[in-house]
Amino acid sequence: MMPRGIEVLWEQRDAMLSGLLTTLGITVVAAVCAGLLGLVLFSLLISRFRAVALALAWLIDLMRCVPFMLFCYMIYYGLPSFGIVIGNLMAGITALTIYNAAYIAELLRGGYQALPREGVEAGHAFGFHGWRLLSRIILPPVLLASIPMLGNQMVQIIKDSAFLVIIAVQELTFAANEIQATYYVPFASFVCAMLLYWVLCLAVEAGVRVVLAMAEARR
Amino acid sequence: MGEGDYLALAAGAANTIAVSVLAIAIGTPLGLGLALIRWGQVRGLDGIIATIVSLLRATPAVTLVLLVYFALPTIGLEVPRFAAGVATLTLGTMAYNCEIWRATLLAFPSDQLDAARAFGMPRGLRLRLIVLPQIARAALPALVNEMTLIIKVSPAVAVIGVIEATRAAVRIGAATYDPIPPFLVALAIYVVVIGAFVATQRMLERRRRAGPLA
Repeated sequence: MMPRGIEVLWEQRDAMLSGLLTTLGITVVAAVCAGLLGLVLFSLLISRFRAVALALAWLIDLMRCVPFMLFCYMIYYGLPSFGIVIGNLMAGITALTIYNAAYIAELLRGGYQALPREGVEAGHAFGFHGWRLLSRIILPPVLLASIPMLGNQMVQIIKDSAFLVIIAVQELTFAANEIQATYYVPFASFVCAMLLYWVLCLAVEAGVRVVLAMAEARR
Repeated sequence: MGEGDYLALAAGAANTIAVSVLAIAIGTPLGLGLALIRWGQVRGLDGIIATIVSLLRATPAVTLVLLVYFALPTIGLEVPRFAAGVATLTLGTMAYNCEIWRATLLAFPSDQLDAARAFGMPRGLRLRLIVLPQIARAALPALVNEMTLIIKVSPAVAVIGVIEATRAAVRIGAATYDPIPPFLVALAIYVVVIGAFVATQRMLERRRRAGPLA
């Protein structure tokens, strides 16, 4: 059973590889977009516009109660109701971006709250405000403290990307499922997909360690 | 949305809760067991468990549920959809639970164990009376967080045809050509279920603060 599975997988390696690359591409694009959007949301969360910050905090809390799969369906089936029509790949990336941006904003806020107040107050006293206060005084220590959490979120994005199989995005799980359905080799194909996800996640963990070591060396 | 649709969503919600609660009830003690084995540094098992936990933590629930549901029959094990769903979520939460329990075990002050050992307390009793009550308290916030994560990945079981809350909402949306109302009801269901877990955790912590033992 298993040897035939491996044989089939080897024949279908292009399909598997294309699935892996799609997963990788989706993850990288969504991670970058979610990171940037998360930064914007974070800066609003700690801004002086109290009403905006409160409304946003409420929305983020709500988002953290929503399963990603439900959110993905809401974007995919819901947006057309508002006259916005996008393809399934775009819908998937959009869902991943917005969903994870909420988590990233929240974890940055957690890092900010754990920070001693003095640095920010000193920044104020020296005339830093607005964007310069954020980029020069607040963000460096917050981002540094959040590196491991950001790595976890990256792993979460990789795992969430598998949910996109439900809206027929041809990523890794989709590819494994196609091969399994055509050649009936479920064991080999899904185990292979699992191992590839594992490699991606281990790479993220290794990346986090490298970044932490670099940050440590520069201190 | 008609009355039948609300009933369908309620049935979906019942499935969501059943799958999640069963996975939590089985996965939490399994995770504790794995953590205790790793803590005890059982030769050979330690590395195997660490590897399996790392692999499971990297595996998306959707992929795992497809593996469990489609691969088990090839070795002659026909599993119903619901059981396959529970098994999948159990494996996932077991892996995360192992990490949570292990972290609290590693942070456990060893002088307490040394003192108990000095008084001749046997190993099982040390574990049951000294270690477990304390690590259970320390791990509670992380455990509840993991429980809410399980509820959030539970829609994965829909890919093998278990009609839980999310799938029920999608079906109603497809039938009525109006997806927004059922999605909002499903959203409310998750907010209530996840909110219930968080509220229970807060209550337990309040009670613990009120009395020295609880």
